[in-house]
Amino acid sequence: MVWSLQAIAAIAGALVLLIAAFLIGETLPVLQKVGFLPFFTDPAWNPTEALYNLAPMLWGTLFAAAGSVLLATPLGILSAMFCQYYAPAGIALLYRRLIELLAGIPSVVYGFWGLVTLVPLIGRLHPPGPSLLAGMLILTMMILPTVALTADASFAKVPPAYLQGAASLGLSRWGTIWGVVIPAAKSGLLTGVILETGRALGETMAILMVCGNVVQTPQSIFDPIRTLTANIALEMAYALGDHRSALFVSGLILMGLVTALVIVADAIAPEENHG
Amino acid sequence: MAKPLQRSSPSRSPWLDRLSAFGVWSVALIITAIFAWIMGDILWRGAGQISWDFLTLPPQNAGRDGGIGPILVSTGLILVVCLSVSLPLGLGTAVFLSEFTAADNGFGRLVRRSLDILSGVPSIVFGLFGYTFFAQTLGLGFSILSGGLTLACMVLPILIRSAEEGFRAVPADYRLSAASLGLSRTATLWHLLLPAAVPGIVVGLVLGIGRAIAETAALIFTSGYVDRMPTSLLDSGRALSVHIFDLSMNVPGGDAPAYGSALVLVVLLILLNGAANWIGRRLSFQSGFHWR
Repeated sequence: MVWSLQAIAAIAGALVLLIAAFLIGETLPVLQKVGFLPFFTDPAWNPTEALYNLAPMLWGTLFAAAGSVLLATPLGILSAMFCQYYAPAGIALLYRRLIELLAGIPSVVYGFWGLVTLVPLIGRLHPPGPSLLAGMLILTMMILPTVALTADASFAKVPPAYLQGAASLGLSRWGTIWGVVIPAAKSGLLTGVILETGRALGETMAILMVCGNVVQTPQSIFDPIRTLTANIALEMAYALGDHRSALFVSGLILMGLVTALVIVADAIAPEENHG
Repeated sequence: MAKPLQRSSPSRSPWLDRLSAFGVWSVALIITAIFAWIMGDILWRGAGQISWDFLTLPPQNAGRDGGIGPILVSTGLILVVCLSVSLPLGLGTAVFLSEFTAADNGFGRLVRRSLDILSGVPSIVFGLFGYTFFAQTLGLGFSILSGGLTLACMVLPILIRSAEEGFRAVPADYRLSAASLGLSRTATLWHLLLPAAVPGIVVGLVLGIGRAIAETAALIFTSGYVDRMPTSLLDSGRALSVHIFDLSMNVPGGDAPAYGSALVLVVLLILLNGAANWIGRRLSFQSGFHWR
């Protein structure tokens, strides 16, 4: 009984190694041929002519993720404060359900809505429309529930005694939140930010649908961009040989980034018990 | 818990307090408005598409006409494959982690850490993996089986996390009483812990189904684009989310059926969520009742 369960757990635990092994195995042909550096130094991304510069797409991924994290973090934390400290109980319950529903909307639906509604709006403001900005805004909506729900949970864990102490000191509501609640919930909030960053880096469909997919380093937020994830989704269908391997390299970079984030999040999480 | 804050306390800087309250309320209102905008848009423009024919007929003319019948069948089959693999694997792992390992057990910690990483892996990377492993190495090709198995890897961490919490929520008294009555560990597990952990398992199931049904990127290269009615699990089958993607990106004039499909997908997710919540509550009540 125990042995069979342990075997099952071992399979589940080994999956991530299997994925990493397959990614590395598929990247080996191109890495052995050209090495790792050309992926950042080649003049362009033109895999049919053996030019593999991933840098513009890496920038695209990083800019879109950074912009959406900068927007979604304050919005998500404020909306968690609304749930915990400002809304009447009934409204807080409804609002929490709404955030949960937002978290459940598929990325392809966000992408579709962005494509038919948001992109034309941005296009009227500053052509062409499909742009880094559209990607940032759609990503913001997609990752906002992650921050809001984790912040909500870490606010709920703040010991009631802290709040009573603040009230007896005559602190204002905002004074209590800013001076007592946020420091006490710090590590939980940070975990939320790391989780949303991971989600923003890995998002594919929505960003593929609204960003225009031009391979270039963006000069403004109205420029179309292509992210690493979108590049895989767009080119995998017809990629052969080294081109295919190069796409796996971008998959490996993504997995490396996300793994690093998860390890950092895991390292921060235990602190919460002492807070 | 938030009670001490509800009282209007003498404020040190009333304008800052008022400004922040205004800010918090506006953020909540803006988010609600955006949610209403998205849902209203999809409901308004999708509702006109929905009919019995739309739900049952095969798509024609690249999806511009006809319906989504075969696509719903493929989506269901992918989900069945996904759950029939991930549920036993996930439950077994959850039981092992919560009932048979101590919190400081090295192996248990290793498995948990690797599941944490697995839950962060981007879905397109699951797609790459599923394509090379299931479709090519195992020779399953672009098929419902490949897609379902890929999704099974993807939902596994969610399933395990929730089921584990379900088992942890069972009071320690249950295990002690069972042990003192001389029940074997297997009997305790089947008759006591499993029924008592049902709410957690159901929650995990819902979250897993939600993630699987919403997934697109991992399915493009595994279950594929073919929109015919599948005749076996080795046929390629187009999932609903892939259909929405294809209609809006590759089919000029496909917006109307895409709205219809998006509405079906969103309604499906909301219904699943509600139904499983309800089942979870009922079952936990029944098992509690049975115990007393």
